[in-house]
Amino acid sequence: MSKIAIVGVGQTTCTRSKIDTFEEMVFEAASKALADAGAEIGDIDNVVTVSNDFWDGRTISSMAVQEAAGSWGKDVSTVEGDGTFGALYGMMRILSGSFDTTLVVSHMKGSESIMNLITNAMFDPIYQRGMGIDATSAAALQARSYMTMSGATEEDFARVSVKNHGNAKNNPYAQLPMKITVGDVMASRKIAEPLKLLDCSPIGDGAAAVVLSNKKGLKRFRKEPVWIKGVAHCSDSFTLGYRDLAKSRALKEAAQKAYKMAGIKKPLKDLDVAELYDAYSYMELMWYEGLGFAPEGKGYELIRENATGMKGELPVNPSGGVVSSHPVFVAGMVRLIEATLQVRGEAGKRQVKGAKTALAHGINGPCGQAHCVYVVGA
Amino acid sequence: MGKRVAIVGYGQTYQRSSRKDVNGVELINEAVVTALADAELTIRDIDAIVIGNMDHFEGINYVDMWSAEGSGAVMKPVIKVCTGGTTGTTVAMCAYYHVASGMFNKVLAIGWEKNSESDTTGAIITAFHPVWERPTLGGAVAGLAIEASKYMHNYGATERDGARVAVRERLHALNNPYAHLHQEWMKGIPPEKLVDLIVGSEQNAMLAYPLRMSDMCPRTDGAAAVIFAAEGSAEKIAPVPAWVHATANRHNFVYAGDVDMDRNTTIAEASKAVFKKAGVKEPLKEIDVCELYLPYSYAGLKWIEDIGFCAYGEGPRLLWDGVTDMDGELPINPSGGVMSSNAIGATALIRVGEAALQVMGKAGPRQVKGGNVNLALATGFGGCYWGDVMLLGKKKPA
Amino acid sequence: MNDKKREDVELLSISSGEASQPFDWSVGKHGSYFLQQLRDNKKIVGIKCPGCQRVYVPPRPVCGHCFKGLTLDDIIPVSDEGTIYVCTIVQFGFVDPSTGIQRPVPYTWAFVKLDGADTCLTHFLDSTDAEKVKVGARVKAVFEEKRTGNLMDIKHFAVL
Repeated sequence: MSKIAIVGVGQTTCTRSKIDTFEEMVFEAASKALADAGAEIGDIDNVVTVSNDFWDGRTISSMAVQEAAGSWGKDVSTVEGDGTFGALYGMMRILSGSFDTTLVVSHMKGSESIMNLITNAMFDPIYQRGMGIDATSAAALQARSYMTMSGATEEDFARVSVKNHGNAKNNPYAQLPMKITVGDVMASRKIAEPLKLLDCSPIGDGAAAVVLSNKKGLKRFRKEPVWIKGVAHCSDSFTLGYRDLAKSRALKEAAQKAYKMAGIKKPLKDLDVAELYDAYSYMELMWYEGLGFAPEGKGYELIRENATGMKGELPVNPSGGVVSSHPVFVAGMVRLIEATLQVRGEAGKRQVKGAKTALAHGINGPCGQAHCVYVVGA
Repeated sequence: MGKRVAIVGYGQTYQRSSRKDVNGVELINEAVVTALADAELTIRDIDAIVIGNMDHFEGINYVDMWSAEGSGAVMKPVIKVCTGGTTGTTVAMCAYYHVASGMFNKVLAIGWEKNSESDTTGAIITAFHPVWERPTLGGAVAGLAIEASKYMHNYGATERDGARVAVRERLHALNNPYAHLHQEWMKGIPPEKLVDLIVGSEQNAMLAYPLRMSDMCPRTDGAAAVIFAAEGSAEKIAPVPAWVHATANRHNFVYAGDVDMDRNTTIAEASKAVFKKAGVKEPLKEIDVCELYLPYSYAGLKWIEDIGFCAYGEGPRLLWDGVTDMDGELPINPSGGVMSSNAIGATALIRVGEAALQVMGKAGPRQVKGGNVNLALATGFGGCYWGDVMLLGKKKPA
Repeated sequence: MNDKKREDVELLSISSGEASQPFDWSVGKHGSYFLQQLRDNKKIVGIKCPGCQRVYVPPRPVCGHCFKGLTLDDIIPVSDEGTIYVCTIVQFGFVDPSTGIQRPVPYTWAFVKLDGADTCLTHFLDSTDAEKVKVGARVKAVFEEKRTGNLMDIKHFAVL
């Protein structure tokens, strides 16, 4: 399938705390995406914004950014979920025949609120919240469960952190570029066993935007299109106790659908680069398995063999991934942007040589409940 | 070109002031099960789900995730959309685009709210800018009172005109077993007399001039679900599918102080876009019935002018002439509308579902024109004058 | 274990109690300049879009009509006097989420179009007299003695 193309991308840097307001960040990302596409706001037929009321501390959080997203006089809608889901909706709106082009923007200022309280609120108020559970303590349960199933060790998680923070040094947008060792990760402060500080992503501030177009709309843009070859999303159960936390069947389902659309048969071979949503280091190993890069329970082998390093068989997260920069709800869209830059050959120092086909991945909900998988290519 | 899309199933819970017997997930499930039964489908037939509500009304973050077991989203694609009061129509539009894109064949749209679980006015205020607006904001009621007084100032409308809208909505609600407010005492009393009783009543407290209790919508617990299907499947599922002829929305204002209070420009622009797409030239003549998101009485005067049913300032005349009553030329809100039930995240989706029922001829005691409805219009309203419009029809669109 | 009795189960609810979600909202440069002018000079400023010439109050970084970025240099003074575009006397109380206390009633909430501005500032009026608070009436900002860099540094607008 090559019906919808990504023709413009824009991202702000991701930092711990920005002085910019939501609208300033969105305006920056949207303007960059339009400039990248060689377009003006008049070339955009409709807009999708992505935001979350809890993180923004505002009901109808998207209201703050409508002017900055250039939606005056246009059809506009709002997705509450990761940016990958927003981009998918933007794509559907074009495929419906109603529009030729969509601008999708996403913003996050994690610095304005308290992450533990915000993510505590995603758990059930009757049965779960009272225990003080939040995204990180839930992730720790999942990490432990995954270790038990697979035989992966804390050192394997540390290897992911070392690789990604190291890759981030090549990415001017990343929040935490660091040259660290497995020993550094292992010695870092315990957060929730088995997770340590350097296994956890830093919640930060940032915004991102993409411009999507069908074939007909392409003449409005200057940029070579990067085509969405396949895309699918899927959710697992909400209740952690109803899921097999060590396996991601929802990711598997989404990946299989996306691969089928894109004609990917052997992902490890057919893909040239992947950008995954590793909110915690261990997640990257689990996602390897869900995405079919490695058999179930064997994800750690790829990181031990350095198969997903910059020089490996399938470089994963050349950008440094989410563990190096985590503007929630934006992070997945940044994966899509990074995949696009790789296919264009515009990823600068983090470029994987000759990348033609790239995978981008976003998650939603506690412990990767829902997944959205894209395959993009020239 | 995308696929043609129709509504093939609709289900709602009884809209009530408080549903303490169910939690949110169970409430959602009630609507989903009802909609699936209406379409004679099972959850296995559904390819994707779209859900919406406003997080701060129940204090639940990531509702699409939290509700997965009740909505049927386990091992299915699901996304959440939210645009305030418009959420229900935004959900419907999103489901429409899912199917029209050709990516999904049958999509379930869900809207819900348990307004009894929090302070609705307090939560609504958090929709406004924390620095510039919240310190002085008077909640949704005051915002609407401002619009009403401006309309009265501009066109000389009276409190009796506003009350006439309220009377229509409450009388219509008596035909709708799902409606929240059933004011049985009104039964059999002529509208003019009811207007006298309401305007003259001392118990009818003034909230913010000119709005009294009787001019406002209630706070409701409720959920609704609508099933959209692609051409090819739709005709097999429903004997008379309600085809989506066109849909559009606008949202131009970010700051409350920017809003054009003289006209509802966003509803006007969105309606114009929909009528252009569908080739509607004379809305009053061509459209058979409306389910409009009218959260308070005066909207029923002014916004019908903005949609284009009559000239500016003529809204009250349409009301007093009975044009918008059940047996009028253009019945508005046979369901009793938002003023009779307002589970906010569900409300706009109920407008779409009720409009579909009218097209499908399944509206029972609230059916208009003996089931002979060719075009039905549904709208949503939210945020800083967010306007969503969807036109449904009996004939397959061109 | 009588199932008929199960139907009569007492319906419970769990209260979130005093739980709250604290936030630190960035005002941004444009807004900060506006608030500092209120605090330090008792002056109200707006921002003029060089594209469409609209003057927005409070100042903002983007003109929605033109999708144009506005800089601090685009900020201009507007008057502290203006006209009531529309207003309402609010008679019902509710817990104000920004203070946590019941807001006293009645009070008058107004959209004030300041001289030199194209959009309205939303604020309180000093009067709840229906004869005085009318569309088109002239008003003037009254500043607090002690100002902290907050919208409420304007105490209210006085009907002239």
